[in-house]
Amino acid sequence: MDKLHLDQHISQQFNLELEEIRNKVLSMGGLVEQQVANGLTALLEGDGDLGQTVSQSDYQVNALEVEIDEECTQVLARRQPAASDLRLIVTVIKVITDLERIGDEAEKLGRFSVELGGPDTGDYRKELRHLGELVKTMLRDALDAFARMDVNAAIQVASRDDDVNREYGSLERLLGTHLVEDPRQVSKLFKITWCARALERIGDHSVNICEYVVYLVKGRDIRHTSFDQIKNEFLQSPEPGDKA
Amino acid sequence: MNDILSPPVSRAGLHEEPTANTVLQEIKATVGTATVENPKMQARNVDVHYGEKQAIFDVSLDIGNNEVVAMIGPSGCGKSTFLRCLNRMNDSIPSCRVSGEMSLDGEDLYGPDLDPVLLRARVGMVFQKPNPFAKSIYDNVAYGPRIHGLAGNRGELDEIVTESLKRAGLFDEVKDRLDAPGTGLSGGQQQRLCIARTIAVSPEVILMDEPCSALDPIATARIEELIDELRQNYAIAIVTHSMQQAARVSQRTAYFHLGKLVEVNDTNSVFTNPQHELTENYITGRFG
Repeated sequence: MDKLHLDQHISQQFNLELEEIRNKVLSMGGLVEQQVANGLTALLEGDGDLGQTVSQSDYQVNALEVEIDEECTQVLARRQPAASDLRLIVTVIKVITDLERIGDEAEKLGRFSVELGGPDTGDYRKELRHLGELVKTMLRDALDAFARMDVNAAIQVASRDDDVNREYGSLERLLGTHLVEDPRQVSKLFKITWCARALERIGDHSVNICEYVVYLVKGRDIRHTSFDQIKNEFLQSPEPGDKA
Repeated sequence: MNDILSPPVSRAGLHEEPTANTVLQEIKATVGTATVENPKMQARNVDVHYGEKQAIFDVSLDIGNNEVVAMIGPSGCGKSTFLRCLNRMNDSIPSCRVSGEMSLDGEDLYGPDLDPVLLRARVGMVFQKPNPFAKSIYDNVAYGPRIHGLAGNRGELDEIVTESLKRAGLFDEVKDRLDAPGTGLSGGQQQRLCIARTIAVSPEVILMDEPCSALDPIATARIEELIDELRQNYAIAIVTHSMQQAARVSQRTAYFHLGKLVEVNDTNSVFTNPQHELTENYITGRFG
């Protein structure tokens, strides 16, 4: 957050208000990350108790969203923020919407882990591990890019959505094959497909967060812009060793 | 990676206490677009001195037809000085020297053939404090047309006064008491009377120097609405300390700092994504 010099307003109170909003968003991000990690563990390990805990904890994410939204409204009404301050508030309002939806997807993972019960033979949920790890890392890095206001990192994280989509596509085909081969498992396979879908959506929301980071730092709205165009504009001279 | 992440502007002087000299060195050239396609007034490389002290440094700025240009900046940044150069109001200050080029429709403002009195009829001005003459409402508005001989007879003069008061949004409030003294009106009404007086001589440009700073929010909203209507027919330059006002009324915003024009751009850009660090600091309240 240092890059936007949030602590350098003449009004100390304004500094505090923005700092508090920033901290709450980071807390919400941490909470959502934990929910996703727990949801995934519950699913893969067949840990119904953990799944239950995840689905019962979603209210905390929702409460934070409402609270941060309210604080942003207050800042808009009382401070009439401009330039980077305005972009920060707009970004926060959007980021927390995506975080809340990620929370809903995590809650879904928890709920399905309860419904799927403990691990058994012929269980196909292990197929979700790779996709789960991909989106978990993506979410973590997107939140990290937001916390550090790192445009390069944000763009690189967003580019990983292609990997997620590819993995989701092959999972769909794989689960479809299982369905044909083992029709008795139809109910389980559908639930697992829903979980794959939830994970893929978490990837999409992470991309949104990355796009808001670019808007926040650069003032450019890159939504619905081709990745090549974004790369040309913002990644002209990556340092050697930068990961694609 | 850091190069890409750095903002597009220099942050020199931000973390240490900036002195006037270090900041001036930092402002090498105006950021943004100072010119427009259809300029009404043009300023090029304007310097202004008050005696030995330089108040304006190399400012170039166009004021386009049918647009409102807002000039913002901290006290003493030269925005009012620059505004006053546009209709030669600074002529009355003996120590003031203006150099560079300024023109109205291509005509040199400081040329030997130009009569400053006629210039001020073409480039009208509204001041911070409403300053109606100690005359009736009617005579306040009729004053300019009378001295410039714009009306052939009383009927024409009546029409100019009525029309000007209507365009200033004041007519309905004063039509039954045109003979009452202008100084008896409320602050907001007085300011609209001054605007009516300004537009009565059919100016081409209106300069406004903090026209709403003495007014309440309702009167301010009326003046701002009026500015927006006047824009259809005039070029307008407004100096304001209210950033929200600049954001509300202008199409382009110019940010002045220590006598230099730091940034000028369309208002939407300036208030959402200013390009210069100094502009950003000022409009977000990070400026000491």
